[in-house]
Amino acid sequence: MNGVPVSIKDVSRTYGDFTALDHVNIEIKQGEFFSLLGPSGCGKTTLLRIIAGFDFPDSGDVCFDGKSVIHLAANKRQSNTVFQTYALFPNLTVYENIAFPLRVKKFPKDQIDQKVRKYVHMVQLDEHIDKKPSMLSGGQKQRVAIARALINEPKVLLLDEPLSALDAKLRQSLLIDLDRLHDQVGITFIFVTHDQSEALSVSDHIAVFNRGKVLQIGTPYEIYEAPATKFVAKFIGETNYFDCTILSCKKEGDEYLMEVDVPELKSHVLVTDYDPQPVGAHQAFTIRPEKVRVTLHDPAVHAGQLINSFHGIVAEPVYNGFQSKLFVKLDNDGPTIRVFKQHTTFLDDGPEIEWKDEVFVNWTAADGYLVKDLDK
Amino acid sequence: MNDTNKLIDKEQLKGGAYGWPMGLWFTFFFTIPLAIIILYSFLGRGLYGGVVWQFSLAAYQGMCKASFAKVLFRTLWITAISTFLCITLALPAAYAMARSKHQTLLLFLVIIPFWTNSLIRIYAWISILATDGFLNNVLLRLHLITEPLHMIYNNGSVILVLVYMYIPFAILPLFTTIDRFDFSLLDAARDLGCTKPQSMYKVLLPNIKSGITTALIFTFIPIFGAYTVPLLVGGKDSTMIGNIIVDQVSKTRNWPLASAFSMVLTLISLIGVFWMLGSGKREKAETKRKEEKK
Amino acid sequence: MSRKYSHGISFSRTVLCLVVIFLFIPLLVVVLYSFNSNKGTEWESASLIWYEQLFLHSPRLWTAFAHSLVIALTSSFTAVFLGLLAAIAIRWYRFPGKEYIITISYLPMVLPEVIIGVSMLIFFSAIGMNLGMLTIYIAHTTFDLPFAFMMISARLDEFDYSTVEAAHDLGATELQTMTRIVVPSLMPGILSAFMMCITMSLEDFVITFFVSGPGSGTLPLYVYSMIRYGVSPVINSLSFIIILGTMVLAFCFRKFLKTIAASS
Repeated sequence: MNGVPVSIKDVSRTYGDFTALDHVNIEIKQGEFFSLLGPSGCGKTTLLRIIAGFDFPDSGDVCFDGKSVIHLAANKRQSNTVFQTYALFPNLTVYENIAFPLRVKKFPKDQIDQKVRKYVHMVQLDEHIDKKPSMLSGGQKQRVAIARALINEPKVLLLDEPLSALDAKLRQSLLIDLDRLHDQVGITFIFVTHDQSEALSVSDHIAVFNRGKVLQIGTPYEIYEAPATKFVAKFIGETNYFDCTILSCKKEGDEYLMEVDVPELKSHVLVTDYDPQPVGAHQAFTIRPEKVRVTLHDPAVHAGQLINSFHGIVAEPVYNGFQSKLFVKLDNDGPTIRVFKQHTTFLDDGPEIEWKDEVFVNWTAADGYLVKDLDK
Repeated sequence: MNDTNKLIDKEQLKGGAYGWPMGLWFTFFFTIPLAIIILYSFLGRGLYGGVVWQFSLAAYQGMCKASFAKVLFRTLWITAISTFLCITLALPAAYAMARSKHQTLLLFLVIIPFWTNSLIRIYAWISILATDGFLNNVLLRLHLITEPLHMIYNNGSVILVLVYMYIPFAILPLFTTIDRFDFSLLDAARDLGCTKPQSMYKVLLPNIKSGITTALIFTFIPIFGAYTVPLLVGGKDSTMIGNIIVDQVSKTRNWPLASAFSMVLTLISLIGVFWMLGSGKREKAETKRKEEKK
Repeated sequence: MSRKYSHGISFSRTVLCLVVIFLFIPLLVVVLYSFNSNKGTEWESASLIWYEQLFLHSPRLWTAFAHSLVIALTSSFTAVFLGLLAAIAIRWYRFPGKEYIITISYLPMVLPEVIIGVSMLIFFSAIGMNLGMLTIYIAHTTFDLPFAFMMISARLDEFDYSTVEAAHDLGATELQTMTRIVVPSLMPGILSAFMMCITMSLEDFVITFFVSGPGSGTLPLYVYSMIRYGVSPVINSLSFIIILGTMVLAFCFRKFLKTIAASS
């Protein structure tokens, strides 16, 4: 099997006054695992339904392999869908559910049998073949839905929040299964999710949506490490962010060193980046909690090091097993900074930091990040 | 035309194709007949049934006769008493059913008489209450009475049989609502110092209002329009509005008058229905408002 | 859950007990009389003579029963078919006239039977239609339809519309989706609606009374004439058979009794 590239060209969709999709453009490569990520109501499911043929855009086009499919009904497109609610046929057994697409196309019986058994085996449901959907667990139902969608040998598999109804541990193992299946069948997967960790762990590329707009398309690494907007920074992982104004910008080697004014911190912060920003621009400054260090003493600044450091009190330490979260309240009624501290070695992670300790939070200029604030 | 419109058109086409067969059936065999009744009630009376195509309020004037007013009044009080008895008996019975381990068995026991042919049930009461019936036989044998009692063909027997016929209509919706009630609330009320009757009155009743309204409507309307029961177990002075309508249609053949009486019955029934729907909506709106406040 | 069940004697349980006795006494009395050899109400001795009369010497009763059965089956089938389609339309699609259909499907259920009967009689004579089996069939379908529609709608609420989209997506036509997925999945609801309609149709007297013509009498009409014009004890044996039939029906539907209670 081979996938096809999918292009979404300037797609818009409104429902009455509500804009579900606002001029969306996405290019999905052949055989890619592509995620549409965003909070509920952001338009990602609407886009998936438009790709599947269950909904139609007000304007724009959807192309499979360069050819427009917008005028084709769902069953005429080379895509199949795995639904959020599984949508298994309650009156049919696992076998009959998976055989359904072939039955309605009147395939010969022996061919159906052979193919169904192959796909049942692929999703490891051999022993449940004669059960009704009501007798299956959530994870098993999901695997039936996937096998049923794949048996038509589509070029694109559309997955609408397929894991959202399952518990956290099961989600992890199904995610790994999904990744394995993707490698096995090699077709294009388009995966809708509101769970950033799901998207980060399996996708080749991610499109982050909010309010019907695509905010950023990139690899999981790019999305996490270099969020394009404040929303993306907030939505992907946890972060500390503040409004800021660029005070100065000068080139230093490959990078630009910028000094920004952060009113909330009542101070200036140093940031380095590969892209310069215009002086006077209003932006948002963000620093990931795991990139912030907490020390009992103000870190000694060696020559050439660009470190931002603030004094505060540990307002709340939260022990999480593999890591601790510290909420440090800065002096002079300043903001609370979130810090993640990994526990790499037993009892030897540096000085013990406790509740109400006076500490310094600090980070290097390279770890901070400036993002556009499109939400205003 | 763009694709969104096409989608809406397709949906409307499917919806129409699936929904309108029933819509047309009701239009032909319910809406139009009802409209004809409304129309006929404003027309003159034909000599041998039927109507004269001339606007006339004769039917409505005819309704104001003292004998009809008496029937209407009787219908109202018989309905009121029967409905009241149905609800007061059904409430504790439905509560006990909902709290019983043998719900299915009890439902079975309530539904069997409910599903048994209504004429058979009326006939059964006739054979119990008749002068030479079961009850008089038993009482005579036990020498409790020396002469048979006249227990049938009066308003009392009409009320008794009406309650018998329509009490399942009250029990079933009450059971459904009480079954959904969270009984730990009663324990909580008791824990907070309510007596048992207090907890019923202040906690259970306000929470099953919708069930009580449904039970009220579903007993009130059919009793108000009852025809067979007063006909078969009532006396000369037990005629109800339903009997008048049937008499006007089939015996006197005064169709405008029958239509006018039907209008009265329909209007009173509709007022009941809208009151029920309204109280349901009010309740919903109230809970919504409370939720919003939170 | 154990908190829900109460034990011991209480006011409500006593009332329930009395109500159930009240509901069953008439039925028991009729059954008792059906085995009485005496024609009157005085008990003589046990006999099956009225059963013999019922089964072997009551041809008119069985003709009426045959009429009832034909009308019950045809009108229930029509009602369930139209109700199923309408339930699908109302639950899944938007289309012009939807509000009207919802309202109109509700009214026949709440108006007194006499009104339905009178309006139909006047309607049929206004359009010059002769009263007979056809008019009874139409009337029965009309009062069955709201119940069929409501019961199937309730069942449809538990049905996931994505399942229909999935079937289309996997290549099924509209007809294939309906016959292979939707109808089989709704079968329990469709069947209980069908049985409910059959019961109501076999039971109905008032509406049938208005719209029946000469020679088209149903079983309830025959029973009515038996009660009205000279009671023959055959009615007792017939009652027992009907009660038995009702019990069998209710027993078949023991799993759906709660749903039936909720919808009636």
